[in-house]
Amino acid sequence: MRGFLLRRAGSLGIVLAALLFASFLIVRLIPGDPARTIAGLDASQEDVQRIRVALGLDKPLLVQFATYARRAVRLDFGRSFVTNEPVTTLIGDRLPKTVQLAAVALLLVMVLSVPLGMAAGAFTREGRHRRAEVMFAAVTSAGGALPEFLASTFLAFVFAVWLQWLPVAGSDERLAIVLPAVAISLRPIAVLARIVRVETLNVLAQDYIRTARSKRLPARLLYLRHTLPNVLTAALTIGGLLFTGLLGGAVIVENVFAWPGLGTAVVQGVLSRDYPVIQGVILMLGIAVVLVNTLVDVLLGLVDPRSVIRTA
Amino acid sequence: MIPAGSNVGHVLRAVVRAPTGAAALGAVTLLIVLAIAGPIMWGSQARTMDVARGGEGSSPEHLFGTDRLGRDILARTLTAARLSLGLALAATATAAVIGFPFGAVISVLGGRARAVGLRVIEILLAFPPILLAIFVTAIVGPGAHGAVIAIGIAFAPNFARLANTLAATAAGRDYVASARVIGIGTHRLLTRYIVPNIADTLSISIFNAVGSSIIAVSSLSFLGLGVQAPQFDWGSMLTEGVHSLYVMPAAALAPAAVIAIAGLSTGFLGEALARAMNPLLWTAPDGASPAVVAAPARAPVAAPGGPRVPAGERPLLEIEGLTVEFPTPRAITPVRDVSLTLKKGEIVGVVGESGSGKSLTALAIAQLVPYPGTVTARVLCLRGEDLRHASPRVLGTEVAMIFQDPMSSLNPALRIGLQLIEASQVHRGLDRAAAWQMAVARMRDVHIPAPEARMRQYPHEFSGGMRQRAMIAMALMNAPSLIIADEPTTALDVTVQAQIIDVLHEINRTHGAAVLLISHDIGVIAEICTRVLVMYAGRIVEDADLATILRAPAHPYAQALIAAVPTLDLDRARPMDAIPGRPPDLDALPVGCAYAPRCPLAIARCRTEEPPLEDLPGGRRVACWVARDRLLEHHPG
Repeated sequence: MRGFLLRRAGSLGIVLAALLFASFLIVRLIPGDPARTIAGLDASQEDVQRIRVALGLDKPLLVQFATYARRAVRLDFGRSFVTNEPVTTLIGDRLPKTVQLAAVALLLVMVLSVPLGMAAGAFTREGRHRRAEVMFAAVTSAGGALPEFLASTFLAFVFAVWLQWLPVAGSDERLAIVLPAVAISLRPIAVLARIVRVETLNVLAQDYIRTARSKRLPARLLYLRHTLPNVLTAALTIGGLLFTGLLGGAVIVENVFAWPGLGTAVVQGVLSRDYPVIQGVILMLGIAVVLVNTLVDVLLGLVDPRSVIRTA
Repeated sequence: MIPAGSNVGHVLRAVVRAPTGAAALGAVTLLIVLAIAGPIMWGSQARTMDVARGGEGSSPEHLFGTDRLGRDILARTLTAARLSLGLALAATATAAVIGFPFGAVISVLGGRARAVGLRVIEILLAFPPILLAIFVTAIVGPGAHGAVIAIGIAFAPNFARLANTLAATAAGRDYVASARVIGIGTHRLLTRYIVPNIADTLSISIFNAVGSSIIAVSSLSFLGLGVQAPQFDWGSMLTEGVHSLYVMPAAALAPAAVIAIAGLSTGFLGEALARAMNPLLWTAPDGASPAVVAAPARAPVAAPGGPRVPAGERPLLEIEGLTVEFPTPRAITPVRDVSLTLKKGEIVGVVGESGSGKSLTALAIAQLVPYPGTVTARVLCLRGEDLRHASPRVLGTEVAMIFQDPMSSLNPALRIGLQLIEASQVHRGLDRAAAWQMAVARMRDVHIPAPEARMRQYPHEFSGGMRQRAMIAMALMNAPSLIIADEPTTALDVTVQAQIIDVLHEINRTHGAAVLLISHDIGVIAEICTRVLVMYAGRIVEDADLATILRAPAHPYAQALIAAVPTLDLDRARPMDAIPGRPPDLDALPVGCAYAPRCPLAIARCRTEEPPLEDLPGGRRVACWVARDRLLEHHPG
C-alpha cells in the first residue's frame, strides 16, 4: 500500500515538473522574437524591451526557467498585461468558479450515468429486449459524440431563449449554473452509461451472480450489493479519463455561458496575448487534470479488494 | 484466412445495409459535394452584405434569415463547408503525420526508452484535447493555421498509441509468422497480410478522427481562437450566432446543426465501415445468451402413473418428464424427459459426459436455467411443493447449490462472512449477530480454521479448497433439505478433491440434507453416492444402486463409462478403454437411441426407435433395447 502511494507520488512529481516546464515554454516557443510578437508589430522598441524584461526573456534559458520555477512554486505568475492585476488574484477569483462547475457536472454524471447504465444492463441482460438495446446504443452514441459547445447552444436555445426557464449567462443567479453544468455532463453521462451497461452485462454473466441468484436474494441486494461494486471498479478503470474530460468541457462551456472561471480567462488571455495569465491558468488547469487522474488511480487501488496493493 | 477488406463493393454493400451506415454515407457524400461546390454556388451570396436588412427572420429570399450584416445565413453555412472540412482534414493529416511515426518508432525502441515513450503518450492522452489545443494556440497564435496545428498536435497522441498497438500486434500474429515460414516476401507480407488486417482499424480511427477534428476545429473557432474574420467556418459562424441567440436563433442553430451532422455522420460512417470490414468483431453472437423464463405453468398435479413413490413415505424430490429447451439459434433440447426421485437424506450421483444435460438438470431443479431456456415438467416437486411456483424463501432455504468453480462462484468484492449470512438474514429474518454466529458454526462444520477471522476476509485471500469449503458452509446456512452440488471438485487438486468429498459426506450425515452430486467422474461419485443416474444426450439412460452400476452396468454406455475408470488392479499391459466416438450434437440427434452410433451392441431397432426408460428387474431403470431383452430373459416375469 505504502509502496503504491509512494510510486504514485513519485510519478505525480515528475509530471508536475514537466507541466511547469511546458507552461514555461509557452512564451519561449513563440516563433520569432516573442517580445516583439507579444507587443505587436506597431509597438515601440521600449515597449518590446519592457515586455522582454518583464518576462525575463533577456536572460539565458536556464536562468529564465529557474526564475520562473521559483516564482511559480510560490504561485507568483506576475501581473496581467491587460489589467495589471496579479495573476494569482485572478486565479484565486476564477478557480473556485471552475471547480464549482466541474463538481456539479461530476455529481450529475455519477448520479445519472451509473443508475441509467445499470438499469439498461439489467433490462437487456443475456440478449433480452434487443430493441431497447439498439435504442440505448443509438442514443448514447449520439450523446457521446455531441460536443459541449453544441450541447450548450441547443440547451441555451431551448431553455433560455425558447422556454425562458433558466438564465443564459453569468454566474450571479442561483440557477445560472444549471445549463453549463448540464452541457458539460451530457457527453460523459452518455459515455459512462454505455460503459456501465457493458460492465453490468459482464458482471451479471459471472458465476458469483449465479451463486447470488441461487440464494434468491431480493433484486435490491442482487444489484446493489453483488453487482454495483464490481461494475463500479471496472467502469471507473475505463471511465477515469472522463473526469479530466469534464475540465476540458468546462473550459469550452464557460465561454458559451460567460461563466467567470479559468476557461474564459485562458481564452481571453490567448486572444489578448496576455501571457502571464495564459501561463498561470494553463498550469492550474494542467495541475487539476493531473491531480484528478492521480486521485482516480489511488481511489481504484483502495476500492478494489483484489488489487495486490490491498493485500501487500 | 485473411479477413475481408479488399473487396470495396462488398464492403460498401455491407455499410449501406447497416442501419446508420446508409444515412451516414449519404450525409458524408453530401458534405464532400458541398465542400467542392458550396463556395462556387453560394460564395458571392454568402459575402453580400445588406446592412439595412440585417437580422431578418426567414423569408422566401433568405430561408434561414440574415445575420447582423444582412448576409444570407443558409448561403454562408453552405459556403463554410469547404473551409470547415478542409481544416478538419488538414488537422487530421497533421495528427497522423506527427502521431504515427512517433508511435511506430516507440514500438521498435528498446525496453526502457519504450516504457518512457509509452508513459509520455499515456500522460498526454490524459489531458483533454481542447486543453492541449489551447496550449498550442497560445504559442502559435489564433488563426486558421494555428487551429490546424493545434488540433493536429492535440490528436497526435491518439494516433501514436494506435500506431504503437498496431505495429506491436499485427507483426506478431500467427498467420504472419506462418506466411513468413512458407517463404512469402516482405513486400507481399505487408500488402497481403498485415495491411488488410490493420486497414479496418486504421480506417475507423481516421474516420473518427476526421469527425472529431471537424468538431474540434469548430470549437476552437467557436472560442475565437480559430478562423478569424473575414474568413468564416461553422465554428466562427456559431459564435456570431450565439451572440444574437435571442433575436435570431437561426444564425446559431444552422451552423450548430451542420457541425453536429458532420461530426456524427463521419463517426458513424467509420463505425459502419469497421463493422462491414470485420463483421466478427462487431456483431454480437446471436442468441448465445440465455435467463430464466417462467416455465409454462402446468397444473402441479401428478400425472397418471406419477413418480415412483416407494410405499410409505413420499420422496423428498420428485421429478417427472423434466425437459429443458433453448429456442435459439437452432432449437435444442439439452434435457429430455428426465424423471427421478430423491429420498430424504439420500446421496445420488448424476454422471455423464459434458453436454449430457446433467448440469442443466441441476439448474432446472433450482429454477436457475439461463435465458432464453424454458423448463417444462409433468412433476417438479420438493417435499410435495411445486418448485415452479415456489416462493423465493422456499427456493432460497430448501435448495442450496454448490457450483463447480469456487474461484469464480464467490463475489470478489464482498467479504466471505457477508456472503454467508445474507441469505439467512433475508429468508429467515435473523439479525446480523445471530446469522454471524451460525456462519461461524457452519464454517467449523466444514473444518475451516479460525472461522471468525476468515469470515472477515475476501475470497481472493482463500485457497481454492478453502473457498469450496466456504461455499459448502454457505449452502448449509439455511438448513436445506436438498443440496445440489454441480461438479464441486472438478476445479480442485486431487488431494483437495478428496477432502471436499469427505466434507460433503460428513455434512450429509450430520445435517441430513439430501445431496444430488453431479460429476463427470464416476470415481468421485463412487466415493459417497448410494445411487447413480447415468445421463446421455439429455436423457437418463440408467438408474441403479452404486454397487449394481459398478459391478454390472446394464446400459452399454454405462458399461463403457465403468470400463473407462482406471482401477488399482488395472492390468497395465492392456490399454485403458476409452469410449469410441463423440457425444452427438444436440441439434442433430439421431433417430432412435442417441447412443446407437457409438454402441457396439446396437441392433436395427436401436436406430429407428428410441428406447424408453423402463423399470427392469434388479430395482433399476434402463433405457436400452438390448439390455432390456437381456435382463428380462434372465429374470422372466
